[in-house]
Amino acid sequence: MRYEAPETLDAAVALLTAATGDARVLAGGTDLLVQLKTDMIDPGLVVDLKRIAEMRQIKKLPDGFHIGAAVSGAELKEHPELKKHWPGVVEAANLIGSTQIQGRATLGGNLCNASPAADSVPALIAAGARVSIHGPKGRRELAVEDVVLAPRKTALAKGEFVVSFQVPLRAKGMGDAYLRFIPRTEMDIAVVGVGVGLTTDANGVITAARIGLGAVAARPLYVKAAGDALVGSKLEAAALDKMVAAVRAACSPIDDKRGTIEFRIKVAGVIARRAAITAYERART
Amino acid sequence: MAKHHVSFTVNGDPTEILCETNATLLDVLRDELELTGTKEGCSTGDCGACSVTVDGRLVCSCLMLGVEANGKSIGTIEGLANGDKLHPLQQKFLEHHALQCGICTPGFLVASKALLEKNPDPTETEVRYWLAGNLCRCTGYDKIVRAVMDAAAEMRGA
Amino acid sequence: MQETVKKLTPEPDYKIIGTRPIRPDGVDKVTGRARFGADYNLPGQLTGRVLRSPHPHAIIKSIDTSAALALPGVKAVVTRDDFKDQASEFVPAGEMLINYRDVVRNVMARERALYEGHAVAAVAATSPSIAKAALKLIKVDYEVLPYVLDLDAAMAPGAPVLHPGMITAGVEPAPKQESNVAKRVEFILGDVSKGFASADLIVEREFETKPVHQGYIEPHACLANFAEDGQADLWVSTQGHWVVRAHCARLLGMDVSKLRVTATEIGGGFGGKTVVYLEPLALALSRKAGKPVKIVMSRDEVFRASGPTSGAKMRIKVGAKKDGTITAAEGELKYHAGAFQGSPVGPGCMCAFAPYDLEHVKVVGYDVVSNRPKVAAYRAPGGPISGYAVESVIDELARKLKLDPIEFRLKNAAKEGTQAAYGPKFGPVGLVESLQAARAHDHWKAPLKENQGRGIAAGFWFNIGGETTVSLALSEDGSLVLMAGTPDIGGLRASLCMMVAEELGVDMNSIRVTIADTQSLGYNFLTGGSRSTFSSGMAVVEASRSIIKQACERAAKLWELTPDAVEYVDGAVRPAGANAGKHPPMTLKQVAAMAGKTGGPIVGSSSINAHGAAPSFGVHVCDLEVDPETGKATIIRYTVIQDAGRAIHPAYVEGQYQGGAVQGIGWALNEEYIYGADGKMQNSGFLDYRIPVASDLPMIDTVIVEVPNPRHPYGVRGVGETPIVPPMGAIANAMCDATGLRFTSLPMSPPRVLAAIDAARLGKANG
Repeated sequence: MRYEAPETLDAAVALLTAATGDARVLAGGTDLLVQLKTDMIDPGLVVDLKRIAEMRQIKKLPDGFHIGAAVSGAELKEHPELKKHWPGVVEAANLIGSTQIQGRATLGGNLCNASPAADSVPALIAAGARVSIHGPKGRRELAVEDVVLAPRKTALAKGEFVVSFQVPLRAKGMGDAYLRFIPRTEMDIAVVGVGVGLTTDANGVITAARIGLGAVAARPLYVKAAGDALVGSKLEAAALDKMVAAVRAACSPIDDKRGTIEFRIKVAGVIARRAAITAYERART
Repeated sequence: MAKHHVSFTVNGDPTEILCETNATLLDVLRDELELTGTKEGCSTGDCGACSVTVDGRLVCSCLMLGVEANGKSIGTIEGLANGDKLHPLQQKFLEHHALQCGICTPGFLVASKALLEKNPDPTETEVRYWLAGNLCRCTGYDKIVRAVMDAAAEMRGA
Repeated sequence: MQETVKKLTPEPDYKIIGTRPIRPDGVDKVTGRARFGADYNLPGQLTGRVLRSPHPHAIIKSIDTSAALALPGVKAVVTRDDFKDQASEFVPAGEMLINYRDVVRNVMARERALYEGHAVAAVAATSPSIAKAALKLIKVDYEVLPYVLDLDAAMAPGAPVLHPGMITAGVEPAPKQESNVAKRVEFILGDVSKGFASADLIVEREFETKPVHQGYIEPHACLANFAEDGQADLWVSTQGHWVVRAHCARLLGMDVSKLRVTATEIGGGFGGKTVVYLEPLALALSRKAGKPVKIVMSRDEVFRASGPTSGAKMRIKVGAKKDGTITAAEGELKYHAGAFQGSPVGPGCMCAFAPYDLEHVKVVGYDVVSNRPKVAAYRAPGGPISGYAVESVIDELARKLKLDPIEFRLKNAAKEGTQAAYGPKFGPVGLVESLQAARAHDHWKAPLKENQGRGIAAGFWFNIGGETTVSLALSEDGSLVLMAGTPDIGGLRASLCMMVAEELGVDMNSIRVTIADTQSLGYNFLTGGSRSTFSSGMAVVEASRSIIKQACERAAKLWELTPDAVEYVDGAVRPAGANAGKHPPMTLKQVAAMAGKTGGPIVGSSSINAHGAAPSFGVHVCDLEVDPETGKATIIRYTVIQDAGRAIHPAYVEGQYQGGAVQGIGWALNEEYIYGADGKMQNSGFLDYRIPVASDLPMIDTVIVEVPNPRHPYGVRGVGETPIVPPMGAIANAMCDATGLRFTSLPMSPPRVLAAIDAARLGKANG
């Protein structure tokens, strides 16, 4: 296994493009090292992206926050402004593993590891985040929900990697939340995860809503129907019920060591309701 | 396997080693530098026994490659005491009998030190969540949490 | 509040017993100096690795190691051919019975691989990566067989039989058909049919528990060094190095005394480090390679190939009169043994109804093999499983009879003179006192909110004594060297030094204590059965008294008195009365300084088979809150009340109470071995084998009840195991209080709880 730590995006692309065998990018390493250790992967090349400046920065620009894909969860939490704008995104990122994992795990890794249960992804979907991808053909953008295609499979082509995430600046009346269900209080992979992003008008009427789901399908989902169910409401019971029904309808989970199909569908609705209430409270304050 | 020349500091001391690409920082500390105070409990980031700080940031040394340590400043359990004077956390762990077998203790101490540097006055809940990645199977955590809270109070001069 | 010690008898005037000094090995353990199993290295050592079966059940037709041996850097490979077969006979090893036929097969598969993870070969190489590569070059030809994991399926006619020719023992007449049921055991007192006939109410329920792992944070690790002259050294993380020595010497065909075993610091055991796994392999590899060999298990290997304790299926039936008198109790227990016989179903049966003073009891147990890792002891082995089932039924009876659960238990509680169904009559025991302490505790009266519930359960463990040797040497400056042979898992060194200091009237810090290797001290049975503070404590008291006797003799010689005219008080010898003369007292330090002139070195030693261990009863109270929409239970308050006999170092007694309770909380709520359709374990890591983390828990309150054990010089009973017996019952009873539902299957994980809540809602809606 060869290790390289390039300092520019193009150098990283060149390394990844030239690689003949399996090549992996290394950001926080909290998934990659486990896969190496347990012999799930045996790459010939590992490209450490943490020495590329753009990937390690959080920038606030007029069009929103640009969050480097190799910024750790702990650094996200420490950013003076990000948490005020997108508390749900920051909270979601900080639910990934322990304090120790937080010191290393990144948004880019959480997305590109392509687990259906990644905590930050439903929150980023709810926030309407887009990713900027660099590759042999230059830059392109994708909505977060379009990156993961299936477990361990992404829309990234050979030589491509995610450089940064863009989330808009929070306007008045916007609020987000991410909640998940796990059997313990910490250290578990989400059995269900729900991100909710809401925009309300001056009267408290929801004008836009985005809902992202994790761990209930082969990939994280953007459930448009669930968000639409809330639009025009003030989160009254009827709208919530309709949203919950849409969430449950979107679920196609599996039975595994972390939960049953029945449990996941049921609890997805419960958690979605709770997340929507929190997001609404945040939107109104 | 190719070896990398890696230089960094451990507990303030400049250190240079040759490191295989797939060796973790934990392997480097334990096998190359014989700093066996950092423990291996799972090697998958689930138990916290291998906790160290890298440039002041708490991490699992099993989830970091040795080559990634190049140019970094590493802190381990061996650097907690100041000469022959124990760190207040070490002293409070002894006074509160916060360990039974002791295998998780170095990880808890390193993690607790990182907590108190960031948050000198944590609530019990904050201590419990910060330390959720450090598994202890002997104590039920009760005396560990008390020791950390008491050390925090002492360090604040309360 | 925590740190309560309830003194029920007048406290003797102790200076040190009952205080909370810092442990002698403390500084080493907070500085990283303490050396655990994986922290030992020797120059030129090789890395050992184990090849494990990917199949839960397969005949091993052949093993070809030639390609692995040809790999540069590979120094040795061992397989079944390197270990002589052992006859099937149960031989004593300490207080246990060991069948070396099974031991040799568990450390290295012979005819068959009997579980996924079963060791098939081991290599020693010059680096970890070469060892890993070598494993891939070993060709094993398996004939895959049908496997069985489920208890009932394993017992059913036509099940795949793991051990051809195995006939169930303990059945008359002996069955003709081979099966996976190794043994049937039975404990009977009185006549249960008579007892049930006089009951006003009978509750009968079936229960199931899953195998759970001890979950020690330190994986198994050892370092072996076999010399050309046949002498060998072994450093190992173990609860009993003399037991390791016995097993390894037997499996390697060497004299016991040629093997020196050093117990490293041990990173948790809970019973799981009482048997051998890697040690014989490391020794065999070292013998072949002529170099030291170190092997450390990965966490994955720990789960797949060591531990766990049994899962079980049980039927419990208890009858009572309206006034709350239990008239009869019956149990049928089937315990998983794993791939080889030897589940703790015996102690499970014996513990089941031990907290109650009953006239009519019948308990039948079955020891069942299946294609799972062989079970190892886990804290009160067998007791927590049957205890959960029995305490659930006791709770249901109390509810249906509308009796307070403490009053119901008090009415039937075992006490001094109670005839236990498993044999003995109890001496003084502290169950009544513990129940009374629970009733008086704030916790019992605290209000509960919606979706919250409170449960209580009692628990019992025997405790044991056993073979023990210690040595206490008085150094020339008056300081003392204490050598004990029971590994210190949780503060033993502190308790032993405290007892020596109390006896000799010296400063505890003047004693340096070592856990001696097998070459430096006589035989010691392992740390287990809650015996260390009891047995090694008894031995250090005897050794201390021997020092006192010798000190008196030396002074008598000097003062020209008879030894009985000299007494030892407050750390000094002095004439025993006015008639003995006016010699000024001589401190132990002064006695030590002139030891050479008065007869030579002063050493006290003790080699005993400690008798008189006494059971410890405990009572746990648990409050929890259930989220009715997700089925998740959160423990919000927990109190452990237990009779310690005497708490030598109360902080470590509390630590045992708290740690045992929390292991029980994990067992009750989330821990279980999960298998896929392929017969392979799916959660062999701490990510999905969910032991409690700090944020899952409240503080664990404790009350130490002290009803001294009259057969120990300080009244010690042993406290380590009882605390894991009551939690599952207490939590199940609290769940019932919160939800109205009786949970008869562990773990009470959210999907199971939610399904039960929903089914009950549906039942109500339809009914």
